[in-house]
Amino acid sequence: MTIAGDRQRHHFCVAHPSQCRELTIAGGVCYPEYMPEKESPGAAREPRPPLKLWAAPLLIAWLIPGGGHFYLKRWNRGVLLLGAICGMFVFGLLMRGKMFEPTDGDLFTKLLNYGGFAGNVASGLPYLLATWLGYSQPELPGAVADYGTKFLVCAGLLNILAMVDAYDLAAGRKL
Amino acid sequence: MYWNLSHFEASFFFALFTSVVFGVVSRRTDRERLWYGLYVFGCFLAAVFGLSWLMFLGHR
Repeated sequence: MTIAGDRQRHHFCVAHPSQCRELTIAGGVCYPEYMPEKESPGAAREPRPPLKLWAAPLLIAWLIPGGGHFYLKRWNRGVLLLGAICGMFVFGLLMRGKMFEPTDGDLFTKLLNYGGFAGNVASGLPYLLATWLGYSQPELPGAVADYGTKFLVCAGLLNILAMVDAYDLAAGRKL
Repeated sequence: MYWNLSHFEASFFFALFTSVVFGVVSRRTDRERLWYGLYVFGCFLAAVFGLSWLMFLGHR
């Protein structure tokens, strides 16, 4: 068992004491329920946190940018993420950016459209609201609309970073 | 409603939003997050100015 692994389990126990069978903070050793009884020697696998710990924060983090942090009571960071990601999305809409749709074609077109679509969907509720309310912008000539398209996709990519952070917080890998 | 931002304004806001998220999701303490966010923002702006001058000089 590595020192880094011990430290992460210790952080997990401090963050989620109810999940631990035993918590000995002074000794720096703790035994979460999910920790396997025996690990093969030399294996540096990190324990996988239980689904019920991170599923809800991850889903909320996708739906509402910064929502996972709100769920985990990291209010300040949640507000910053909400402002930055929604701000980028709204700027993209105001610059008349194009929303990608999954369309077929040659390999490059397919990659571009499916990748862009995944980036748009990753924004969560802002994307769903915009499409439900009828936002449909054909590709406009000019740099500003092109910037808008990039803003819309990047808002989704930034939301993925926020989701990963919420997962790490929920799993006790980060404080 | 349509926002007709210049290249610099669009790059500035892109750098601002991106560096806020990078700052929030990285590092361990609030102070480190703040400095990292400012560092990323500075790097974005330096890249914008550097590439702009490069393109300007390349087209002369």
